Amino acid sequence: MDNGCFSSPKRDFPAGLRVLVVDDDPTWLKILEKMLKKCNYEVTTCCLARHALSLLRERKDGYDIVISDVNMPDMDGFKLLEHVGLEMDLPVIMMSVDGETSKVMKGVQHGACDYLLKPIRMKELRNIWQHVFRKKIHEAKEFESFESIHLMRNGSELSDDGNLFAVEDVTSSKKRKDADSKHDDKECLDPSSTKKARVVWSVDLHQKFVKAVNQIGFDKVGPKKILDLMNVPWLTRENVASHLQKYRLYLSRIQKENDQRSSSSGMKHSDFPSKDMGSFGFQNSVIKQQNDVAIDNYNHSDGSLQLQNVETKSHEADPKGIVSQSTIAKKGRILTGNIADTNMRESLRVGLNQTFPPLESEGNHAVFDCSMPTPYSWTEVPHMQLKEEHKSLVYLEDSFNQLPLHGKQQQHIHVDQSQSVASISSAPSITEEEAAACIEPKPLFADYNNDYASSVSSTGNAVATFPIQPGSLIMNGQSSERISTTTSGLKTQEYNNLSSISDQEIYQRNLLGCEAASASLDEDLHFYWLEGECYNNMNFGLQNIGMSEYYDPGLISEAPIHLYDSADYSVMDQGLFIA
Amino acid sequence: MDKINSRRQVAAMKQSLFDQGYLDEQFIQLEELQDDANPNFVEEIVTLYYRDSSRLISNLDHTLERNPVDFNKLDTIMHQFKGSSSSIGAKKVKAECTLFMEYCRARNGEGCRRSFQQMKKEYATLRKKLETYFHLARQAGPVETAFRPK
Repeated sequence: MDNGCFSSPKRDFPAGLRVLVVDDDPTWLKILEKMLKKCNYEVTTCCLARHALSLLRERKDGYDIVISDVNMPDMDGFKLLEHVGLEMDLPVIMMSVDGETSKVMKGVQHGACDYLLKPIRMKELRNIWQHVFRKKIHEAKEFESFESIHLMRNGSELSDDGNLFAVEDVTSSKKRKDADSKHDDKECLDPSSTKKARVVWSVDLHQKFVKAVNQIGFDKVGPKKILDLMNVPWLTRENVASHLQKYRLYLSRIQKENDQRSSSSGMKHSDFPSKDMGSFGFQNSVIKQQNDVAIDNYNHSDGSLQLQNVETKSHEADPKGIVSQSTIAKKGRILTGNIADTNMRESLRVGLNQTFPPLESEGNHAVFDCSMPTPYSWTEVPHMQLKEEHKSLVYLEDSFNQLPLHGKQQQHIHVDQSQSVASISSAPSITEEEAAACIEPKPLFADYNNDYASSVSSTGNAVATFPIQPGSLIMNGQSSERISTTTSGLKTQEYNNLSSISDQEIYQRNLLGCEAASASLDEDLHFYWLEGECYNNMNFGLQNIGMSEYYDPGLISEAPIHLYDSADYSVMDQGLFIA
Repeated sequence: MDKINSRRQVAAMKQSLFDQGYLDEQFIQLEELQDDANPNFVEEIVTLYYRDSSRLISNLDHTLERNPVDFNKLDTIMHQFKGSSSSIGAKKVKAECTLFMEYCRARNGEGCRRSFQQMKKEYATLRKKLETYFHLARQAGPVETAFRPK
């Protein structure tokens, strides 16, 4: 394996290895810096996770490996880990003073290539280069496989399913359980793009990816189909294949987490980390296929939306579950959880194609200070630009506000939420579709609206329910668990801040929003979906929000990305929600 | 002669700190990191630790005073504090942290308060001892010769 694959090939590898260390403890940061320097590595330190993410995004190829602490105030280390893995595909090492097996397992599940216990010894750091090397080798191998496949294919129509399959295995280094991989292999690999240059999955690119996946249908998806739909000339099937694999892992992880969390407050969006978001990407329709909607959790029995387990419960689940609806219950927080479900997304799509009114005007959100990195990981967020952060916040707020109600209060809620949402909404460009998606959640509420409609004030915070959880959570830096657990997860956090808005209000607001929507589950799904999307976007943007939870397993994705869309909500609101 | 005595004193004090369980292996790691580029590395780290951890301690104080006690929050803060303490090898302090966290999990408010008091004592004792140690070390001259482990 030649070291030329490193962006800055060094002759005396591993000397000069570019390490990014993230730890909120200044003492450890200084010690690690010194230790790594002694190993002749190039060290960059960072005490904030979101700052680290922005550094990584700024210089796509600027680092070889990331070392991060697990417990950080602004963002859960696991969430950061997932982001880095998805967006930058860099090896990440976790550190903690806590060596409990469950934590270590969680780290590995989230993709950490190693888990170190504090106090850390120099000798442990000396060997971290192996993770970088291993990855390079692996990528090279994949590349080679594809190359050979490509050659094989030239001239013949795909006859080698078997070969392809084999190649896939090599490339993905994981077993591909999905049958769809087979049929997508027909594609010819473009040799020119097989260069080692790592593909950075920017926000835009990922969004396209998610969109494509959604369109095809998560169950039927395959690299070739996705690639065709995405229509990105320089992207190879191999790139898509490996990205899809990661995405799947991410989604399944989120689902698991959601499942686990289902017991606690329903909306655990935590699992929505980027992967989920991917599903959200489906914006249109794919959602239907998603079964993830955790809708099951939601009990409407008395008309109250309970966010139970809104967790996106696995995308696999039937989208109808718009579970989020249930979560919306009473607290209005509910939305947050469900939206995450990809399922929701589909429903959300329903028609809301309105563009969310730019939240910026809201001005309530100060939160965004996080810069949304352009490539954001799984979230659908279309275009979150760093600047948009503010917007996204705004979006969130707007969406919230807009959602069902036009009341000013919404703003309040949003503010807090936006924070959380902000992270999600950071995706600046909430496309109409997305907006639509966001708006969709309203339908969920709609159902409940009947009961609450009257009480619902214009707070329209329905959006609030979107619990931006995924995204927002992260932002807070509070453990994401917190966020995910609370159905409104975000909500709770945010809401607490919001003193002005009571859950009731929010709920009401949501209801209002829902009114327009029509109670169909599908709609709900959409709603949730939106949320999820919102979250995706939000995650990035919200960082400021302090949603530390962010990643709470998947919270990010859970966050109703829709929140951004919420801006659109307002628009939609008028059209749809106004009963 | 004086120099030699000073160095012996420093070495003896360091040894006793280890023997009495105040410090652990991590402290040696820190000393190994000290070099020409950072000749006072260990002292800088210890100073940084005491400065940063004092805010965690006051945080813990406030949280303990509230009623009802938020054990989860206590656990989180203490977790941070423990991690920080591990950075300088504060062995006794770390042990008290672990005990404290156990009380937290058991939702034992009284136990938490007691172990918190004990932890603060250890924390203060170690600080004094280290101050003395660094003072002696500075007097004894360049540390490398006397303390750098082979």
